[in-house]
Amino acid sequence: MSTVWVIAAAMLAAAAVATMFRMLLGPTTLDRLVALDTLVAVTMCAIGAWAAFSLDTTVTYSLTALALISFVGSVSVARFRVPDVADLTDKGPGK
Amino acid sequence: MNASDVVTSVLILSGSALALTAAIGIVRFPDTLSRMHAATKPQVLGLLLVLAGAAIRLRGNVDVGMLILTGLFTLITAPVIANRVGQLAYREQNIREDLLTTDEMHDFAADGESGANGPSRG
Repeated sequence: MSTVWVIAAAMLAAAAVATMFRMLLGPTTLDRLVALDTLVAVTMCAIGAWAAFSLDTTVTYSLTALALISFVGSVSVARFRVPDVADLTDKGPGK
Repeated sequence: MNASDVVTSVLILSGSALALTAAIGIVRFPDTLSRMHAATKPQVLGLLLVLAGAAIRLRGNVDVGMLILTGLFTLITAPVIANRVGQLAYREQNIREDLLTTDEMHDFAADGESGANGPSRG
């Protein structure tokens, strides 16, 4: 059983690092917003896995709080952000 | 290691693998819409799998209700966020036209810009 937790933690950590990479790199605000959503979801996965690992249910309330706050945050950013002026779309390799 | 432990392990491992898949897709895909495609689906499904695994392991506890509530909130809010972000990405043309197979938003977007379909900025 402990192998399962180690593998799950390693995969979640790798997911968080990769998502952070896109959030730092991502050419437009929307890419960063998508990356932020995914980072919150990975965090929620990690908290759920932690609750299952430690049999400690006090963290489950923070799961619900994270779900609601990430929704409000994403909708607010999508509504009130300043649009990007430059066309920074990744046109693929070679451009 | 009994049967419920095996089920929990499978659920949590597959959920973590889906989260990793979403992250890889976000890093590798070329434009905003593809990244959303990679992000939303494995993200929600992976979260639900991890929550199901945790609920099975914590069965009988009062706080399992919070896990179910979290899954419900995620299922309800994910389409809303995807709709807003997708519409914004389309309006600002942060998309690669050559990757689109159909463009059903084209006529609606033209209407929306003239104010017939609500404010043009979401």
